Amino acid sequence: MKVAVVGAGPAGVRAVEQLVRAGLRPLWLDEAPDGGGRIYQRPPAGFRRGAAALYGLEAKRAQALHAALDAAKPAAEWRPDTLVWDVTWAEKRLHLLHQGRAEAVEVDAAILCTGAMDRVVPLPGWTRPGVTTLGGAQIALKAQGCAIGPKVVFLGSGPLLWLVAYQYMKAGANVAAVLDTTGFRRKLGALAGAPHDPVTLAKGLYYVARLRAAGVRVAEGVTPLAIEGEQPDAISALRWRDAAGREHSTACDAVGLGWGVRPELQLADLAGVPIGFDTVQHNWVPQRDALGRTPVPGLYVAGDGAGIGGAVVAEMAGACAAQAVLDDAGLPADQKLVNRLQRRLRRQARFRAALERAFPFPISLAATMPDETILCRCEAVTAGELRAAAAPEGPHGAAPEVNRAKAFTRIGMGRCQGRVCGAAAAEVLAAQLGTDAAGIGRLRGQAPVKPLPMPAWQGESA
Amino acid sequence: MRLVRLADQDRPEITFCFEGAACTAREGDTLLTALLAGLAGFLRQSEFEDGPRAGFCLMGACQDCRVMVEGQGRVRACTTRCTAGMRVRRA
Ligand code: FES
Repeated sequence: MKVAVVGAGPAGVRAVEQLVRAGLRPLWLDEAPDGGGRIYQRPPAGFRRGAAALYGLEAKRAQALHAALDAAKPAAEWRPDTLVWDVTWAEKRLHLLHQGRAEAVEVDAAILCTGAMDRVVPLPGWTRPGVTTLGGAQIALKAQGCAIGPKVVFLGSGPLLWLVAYQYMKAGANVAAVLDTTGFRRKLGALAGAPHDPVTLAKGLYYVARLRAAGVRVAEGVTPLAIEGEQPDAISALRWRDAAGREHSTACDAVGLGWGVRPELQLADLAGVPIGFDTVQHNWVPQRDALGRTPVPGLYVAGDGAGIGGAVVAEMAGACAAQAVLDDAGLPADQKLVNRLQRRLRRQARFRAALERAFPFPISLAATMPDETILCRCEAVTAGELRAAAAPEGPHGAAPEVNRAKAFTRIGMGRCQGRVCGAAAAEVLAAQLGTDAAGIGRLRGQAPVKPLPMPAWQGESA
Repeated sequence: MRLVRLADQDRPEITFCFEGAACTAREGDTLLTALLAGLAGFLRQSEFEDGPRAGFCLMGACQDCRVMVEGQGRVRACTTRCTAGMRVRRA
């Protein structure tokens, strides 16, 4: 039986581990050269910082995952640097790209562990050089030993905001401010008395306390206004409004921003897995059962790509999906392990729900972004242009859902396929049409999920 | 935009070529790091004339960081390793 595992982050590693344990030799595909996913990405050879410096309080977990990753590589058909750019599941075929060459492979089953990326809300100036996602800022530091600028502001909401700011401060970067769009009361209200994971909560409080102790400016309940700069290729300040309505301008050379993460679900979408709107995490997620089985036979999803749960959940979900594959194939599955992991996953899901309530996606911020804001950075479509597409008096009549709006305005049609702007674009359109994100629909996935190199460009001289 | 080298920077220097000029990077740098920790300031001009761009996600998702590498065509600067002798220009 040939099982493919797509992705080598926490979910992919634990899925492969279980398949190997059962005597299979899975085909293991990962876009990165060395696995680990985004959270436990390792720097290239020649970097010498140890796990404690790279992963902080998660060092033990990172080391354990790396050990499992390295042990599983030779037991699997490990193919790094390999992009899966399409899935045609009628033939159970995965379409791969490795070093510029395309290839198709047929498998009996596949576990998609495609992870997540930052969820962002555009604001004026966000396309300027110097602005990255929170995840991007973290990768610059972790995988390259660099800060995104000499003086950095972190903006957004959620656990990653505080973690990245703390990591920057600890590495000696100049953190000008941490601006949280969620108010303190909201967070307290959502977390107090709610079921939670005390360790995760304690870590969060620790980061905030250390930042405050270091004298970093911290503000909660803020409204970001614009990222400004005198030169086109640099920024000089972030303008924002505090909870009391006063306006501020914080001088900085870089801004890292993000409001939680959203699943990378393009492959599941292309494979025909129904995608539904999860109102708790405010994300579109592939339909699956508790073990990661989708309604599409032979197709499984695990980790953040199957709905946001974080790295700890992803490890357990990966192992469960592998057990489901074994069980469905009539091979002996480890029911004891599954039962134990399912109990822990249910606990984690309750905590997650509290976390989502504490750090909600800032719908109103997205819905009210100024007309002149570039919303889709690939195609330079502004919020105003999208709103015009929703107007019934427009040339095509009103776009009733996001794919029609895409056809009218080219929003989400660019190279990122709406990964970056999709969530915010839906809110702009929904507000205009008086509905919500679930009602407005989502941008459908299209192959290739990432641009493929054109042979015609090869050999073009520099 | 200027990246600041903070840690793990005692790696051997390598030379590559950007827009016809010789530049230095460190072994293990991505093209994005090599260019933006250097003096490039940005990676490309938006084709819609709304200004320069320098990547956004740094994880191969947004496709905002593309540059042209001789012999390889258009690549993502954030997921492409800078190697000695590479000839790079803005896409
Ligand atoms: S910065 Fe987003 S793909 Fe490179």
